[in-house]
Amino acid sequence: MTGKAHRQKGASIQRRDLLRWAAVLPTLTLTGRLYAAPTSPARFLLVFLRGGYDCANFLIPYSSSYYYEARPHIAIARPDASTPAGALALDADWALAPAARASLGPLYQQRQLAFVPFAGTDDLSRSHFETQDSIELGEPSRSQHDFGSGFMGRLVQVLGSSAPIAFTDALPLTFKGPADIPNVSLRGIGKPAFDERQASLLTGMYAEHHLESAVADGLELRQEVALAMADEMLAANRGAINTKGFALEAERMGKLMRDQYRLGFVDVGGWDTHVNEGGATGALANNIDNLSRGLVSFSQAMGEQWRSTVVVVVSEFGRTFRENGNHGTDHGHGSVYWVLGGAISGGRIAGEQLAIQRATLFQDRDYPVLNDYRAVLGGLFRSLWGLSAASLERVFPQVRSLDLKLI
Amino acid sequence: MAALVAGAAITVAGCAGAPARREFAASRADVLWLNRITYGVNSQTLSDYEWRGRAGFLDSQLSGRDAPLPPAIATQINLLDVVHADAAQLLAATNAEYKRINALADGPEKEQARKALSERGTALAYQAARRDLLRAIYSPAQLQEQLVWFWLNHFNVAQSKGSVRWLIGDYEEHAIRPHVLGHFRELVMATLTHPAMLQYLDNAQNAANHVNENYARELMELHTLGVAAGYTQADVQNLARILTGVGINAGGAQPKLPPAWQALYRREGAFEFNPARHDFTSKTLLGHAIRGPGFAEVEQAVDILVREPACAQFIARKLAVYFVADDPPPGLVARMAATFARTDGDIAAVLRVMFAAPEFSASLGGKFKDPVHFVVSALRLAYDTRPILNTHPVVNWLNALAEPIYGHQTPDGYALTEAAWASSGQMSRRFEIARAMASPNAGLFEPEDGSIAPSAGFPQLSNRIYFAALEPLLSERTKNALEAATSQQEWNTLLLSSPEFNYR
Repeated sequence: MTGKAHRQKGASIQRRDLLRWAAVLPTLTLTGRLYAAPTSPARFLLVFLRGGYDCANFLIPYSSSYYYEARPHIAIARPDASTPAGALALDADWALAPAARASLGPLYQQRQLAFVPFAGTDDLSRSHFETQDSIELGEPSRSQHDFGSGFMGRLVQVLGSSAPIAFTDALPLTFKGPADIPNVSLRGIGKPAFDERQASLLTGMYAEHHLESAVADGLELRQEVALAMADEMLAANRGAINTKGFALEAERMGKLMRDQYRLGFVDVGGWDTHVNEGGATGALANNIDNLSRGLVSFSQAMGEQWRSTVVVVVSEFGRTFRENGNHGTDHGHGSVYWVLGGAISGGRIAGEQLAIQRATLFQDRDYPVLNDYRAVLGGLFRSLWGLSAASLERVFPQVRSLDLKLI
Repeated sequence: MAALVAGAAITVAGCAGAPARREFAASRADVLWLNRITYGVNSQTLSDYEWRGRAGFLDSQLSGRDAPLPPAIATQINLLDVVHADAAQLLAATNAEYKRINALADGPEKEQARKALSERGTALAYQAARRDLLRAIYSPAQLQEQLVWFWLNHFNVAQSKGSVRWLIGDYEEHAIRPHVLGHFRELVMATLTHPAMLQYLDNAQNAANHVNENYARELMELHTLGVAAGYTQADVQNLARILTGVGINAGGAQPKLPPAWQALYRREGAFEFNPARHDFTSKTLLGHAIRGPGFAEVEQAVDILVREPACAQFIARKLAVYFVADDPPPGLVARMAATFARTDGDIAAVLRVMFAAPEFSASLGGKFKDPVHFVVSALRLAYDTRPILNTHPVVNWLNALAEPIYGHQTPDGYALTEAAWASSGQMSRRFEIARAMASPNAGLFEPEDGSIAPSAGFPQLSNRIYFAALEPLLSERTKNALEAATSQQEWNTLLLSSPEFNYR
């Protein structure tokens, strides 16, 4: 199957009607390509925290006295029943940051949220850009980078009909591949600027140009988003909307993934906390709060489809376990991934773990990586879509997937 | 729409009132070449090219001499506070004001003072962006202006961090602009000692026993060697130790130092090397023993970095990505890198090799415009040498296209390849901005001081620049679309959205 044959096309107003028929009746879109509806209800969203978030001040290893030694200025206090707004104990070793307590705490208690500590890659460059790229590409370690495709791009191919979309300004590397995948930024959207005649003049200029499908998709998608957000616009006009920032963006993502898209990507920046990152409150806590509330809005906007949805939050690396000289942390290694979903077996800390002491740090500075990102994601993909070993091999070549029994 | 276009051409000719001078007929090849050397042709470019010929034009563009700006633009720029500000004084005053505000009791007065200070910083950064954009649009030294953008992007700092917005104008003017066609090492040293960079990548906080390796890593990874150059985590840590004590002192007293260290102390503007914060233990970098002591270690380290073959390759390739192709021919890059090594990083010499190469000629017209090229070239086409009075709309368009001036948050700078700017979401956004630029009420001629100016009317895109430089490049498809336009704004929008306009 070629990439183009199964790709999600942007839609006109009749799109939702088409969806009902698409399974039995292949339909041609404006640009004449075949459009097929996804066959599986499963939905997957990858959230990439760019900058290397400080996981140790998010999922706090509170049973480790070394954590408190290593972070004299920024450590978050142990959970304590007398401070209900403090860290929330998740088990005997780990606690959730106070900034995420009100938003993510209930999800964890409903078993819709799990964490995978010591997760990451074996890339040791400690470079943001190198490590982000290598994760997005998802190739076996030490393979020569082949920028031909990213793992989400290969997943699109394997799934056949997955209705992919990136909620970003630019198309992320992970969606690179033979299929043309649409992207749209959901920050600041207004009415579409062009009517159908103007859109066709614009696309006409790009006929047979290599940007043809990007142009056609972009114009269609803009219409589609405007339609999908019509309720919101109406509510906004009545002053009924009070969500802002990522929470608003996430709510919009939720609506689009509930109705039309099955495979999504979004990135969130601002995690590179070299200086004054703060502890229970401060810069990092604000970012965690913003992200966590956003994910809760996303889950709510998904409605009943939340039960068929899995969200994974990753970052390129963790940070130094010890704070640096500026009440911040530098580039480290192992991270903590988040897995969320309406029907997952969450409410636990998954994957291989070890007790954190100075002696167990990687290179005497960072969390080690015990749960490879390809193995973790590969295992989730297998369960979510029932992928065969051969299919998974195409997404993550040479991977030995890890079944964390979350799905 | 043919009648409208023809009418416009007549209007242009009719109201020019100039002596009947022979129009220079630039060939298709000339236009393609000029569109790459400049942000896009305007009438000044065309007449300069006609006057000097290709070789003379290139010589003047590579000379690095600041060509005089059109007087109306020079006047606009000279009215800006940022032009007359001293970075060290600004930083000292800002720090003092922050201190005063922090000492205030919490309440509306404190909030208001904080807000007022913040607004002044934002206004200053805006002025710097205004100066930057006016030069990009109107300076005859078009290559130099592109290189200012290129090197600002290479040594990226973001105005949103710390006090950078107070410093960004000075950074562009003194750390970047004088060196864009000079030796690469000058750029590294000028950025390394500028408070904007020291604050942005935290080296101002890097001190013995309080090492912060943020800048050290990016100095190798992003500024000089590239990520796959073979340096190790130990090299990063050693370079960070070499850089301890390189920081900022904005108007404070000179620290009291033991006599042995006094000779090692350095200060220039807000830059300070403080030996009391420096790690004097022995170090190696990329296998070289570092001699020192003090700031001499930093100078030696920079010498080592810029003379690494990886640096020549990394910088040569990045220039070629910007000026030639997303994946530039390795042979060309190798010749550029050899020139870089032979001339000790003479940027103009490297560029000369690149512009003379057959690979360069073969690449013309094939490079997708990033948003800055898109917007600046559109303004040069639409308004030629007529000065715009308001740059707020331009700043907003670049924000909407996700390539704001001084706005890239992370130190890697904006991507230089088509894949980063031509996704479906970006194409539709670009067409919307084309529509805004094509409209009669974009706001470019509403003076920023709020005074009333005559209404501007539609930008005249079907003008002599269009006929001289763009029309010969248009495909039948694009011509058909233009033909089908039902209004001037639509015609303008389509032209600015066309594939021919969006490549350089």
